[in-house]
Amino acid sequence: MEAAWQEGLFFVFATVITVSAIGVVTARNVIHAALFLVATLIGAACIYILMFAEFVAWAQVLVYVGAIVVLMLFGLMLTRAPIGKYGEYDNDQKGLAAIVAAAVFGVTAWVLIDSFEGVELPTDRVAATTSKDVGEAIFSSYVLPFELVSVLLLAALVGAVVIARRDERVTSRTIDAARREKAREEDV
Amino acid sequence: MIDWIKQLPGNVIDFIGPEIIIATAKVVLVFGVLLVTTLLVIWFERRVIADMQARVGPNRWGPFGLFQTLADGIKLFFKEDFRPAAADRWTFVIAPVMAMVPAFLAFAVVPLGDHVVIAGHRVDLVMSDLNIGILYFLAVGSLGVYGVVLAGWASGSKYPLIGSIRSTAQMISYEIALGLSLVPIALVAGSLSTVDIVAAQAGTYDNIVLFGRDLNFLEGIIPHWFIVQQWPAFLIFLVAGIAETNRAPFDLPEAETELVAGYHTEYSGIRFAMFFLGEYVHVVAISAMAATLFFGGWHGWNPAFPAAIDWLRWIVPIFWFTIKTVAFVYLFVWLRATLPRLRYDRLMWVGWKRLIPGALVWIVVTAVLNSDPEEVPTSARLWVMAVVFAILLAWVWRGDPRLTALEPWRKKEVTRGTA
Repeated sequence: MEAAWQEGLFFVFATVITVSAIGVVTARNVIHAALFLVATLIGAACIYILMFAEFVAWAQVLVYVGAIVVLMLFGLMLTRAPIGKYGEYDNDQKGLAAIVAAAVFGVTAWVLIDSFEGVELPTDRVAATTSKDVGEAIFSSYVLPFELVSVLLLAALVGAVVIARRDERVTSRTIDAARREKAREEDV
Repeated sequence: MIDWIKQLPGNVIDFIGPEIIIATAKVVLVFGVLLVTTLLVIWFERRVIADMQARVGPNRWGPFGLFQTLADGIKLFFKEDFRPAAADRWTFVIAPVMAMVPAFLAFAVVPLGDHVVIAGHRVDLVMSDLNIGILYFLAVGSLGVYGVVLAGWASGSKYPLIGSIRSTAQMISYEIALGLSLVPIALVAGSLSTVDIVAAQAGTYDNIVLFGRDLNFLEGIIPHWFIVQQWPAFLIFLVAGIAETNRAPFDLPEAETELVAGYHTEYSGIRFAMFFLGEYVHVVAISAMAATLFFGGWHGWNPAFPAAIDWLRWIVPIFWFTIKTVAFVYLFVWLRATLPRLRYDRLMWVGWKRLIPGALVWIVVTAVLNSDPEEVPTSARLWVMAVVFAILLAWVWRGDPRLTALEPWRKKEVTRGTA
């Protein structure tokens, strides 16, 4: 009974994910593409819940839906969100992108099938992973990858700040140049 | 045939399963109660603010004007469904829904009371006791941004767009502080589940020792609520929570002097009502969460009941929970009537340079204070505290942006700016 429910709902969510994933790449409007991405991510969270991985599911909603896509939308609105008319977003790197996407799909699918082939997923509430299990796993078996990812994210953050602030750096040379320019203006 | 009809209710219950029926009943009941509560909260706000401003407030429709919001709602229902020509059709329709639904969802993890026994089934008065309750609350809260972002963009007009950009920046900034302010609670309670957190706040403080003196007379008086030991986390939670609801003094997204009405400028009729509803449900949700996490949830004085009405005992926790939530709603209204709106750079300054570092420092302090003295030696604790205090001092000394403008390293930028 439980397993049948799970299987049926899995196909419902899988369909939602697939349709909205296609929507992400075919939408004529960037904002719509971002919204399709939200639907894809929420669908994935629903599948996590089907497997009783509540922590992963809600962490996914909090981080990806609630923060990353919102930041993308925010960035789009600050820069080039089309109000009213839709722009054209095709470019000549389409083919290359398709090849990379196919390669990523292939590698991910191969890894998943290779490591989880024949594994029975839990159909029982008792087998549910709690936040305690996840915490213990992260801070014992997976502590090294966890820390590596943290350092990588920190590096990315610092890098972003450096790139964003490059033009505004105040050095003694720029100040001197500004003073000279001002003095010249006053002479004139 | 007649027997079959007589047994029908039992058969239906067996077929669907009591769990599903109970769960559905809870969802419908909480949704209905929330809708009515929202109507009452809007009336409450108008009456309280009117009272504070020496006015009367709505008092025509029903006793004390109680039906005013209902009348307004009906009016909004029958207004023309207007959509600007430049609006993005579907996004414009989705946005109000996205603003309203997450606010309702947050109530799934709020424990409203203890439990009741109905026909032999124990029914906990919480919609769902997730083992990651706090995470769920934050995740659902983070979805509320979509309503504002999409409304601003989809309207196809400049004021909503500016309002929504402001609002997004504000909400994602304060979300971090909100999340961090709940970490110490999870540390102290040892759980992310709201039900466990409320259970951890039962009873009173015993053995109160302050500066080496035994305060015996306080024993059994101070309830074991987290506000007592976690008040800094509470202050951060409260400020960030008010900012999350986009209400005064953090109502920049709809600053009427600058942005007409902000992100919902182009909305009217029932769609505008949905934004309105979402805002007030959000206020109730943050109030309920504050009561649950810091003020003992449904715990309170439990009087002795005569045996005849002992089955009514379940009302007492609900009563205390309601009282605490209403007190916070009153605080929200009071703040709106009292405080002026923050300037935008000051808003960002408070969020990033005060609340977030403050929450991080408080997490370290809580972790150190609650560590096992057997495992962590006292000297190590003292060192951690010393480092934390050094950070705290440096942080306070860095100070206010109005003061830092006078610091020498700032003068260079000023020189450059005028050059």
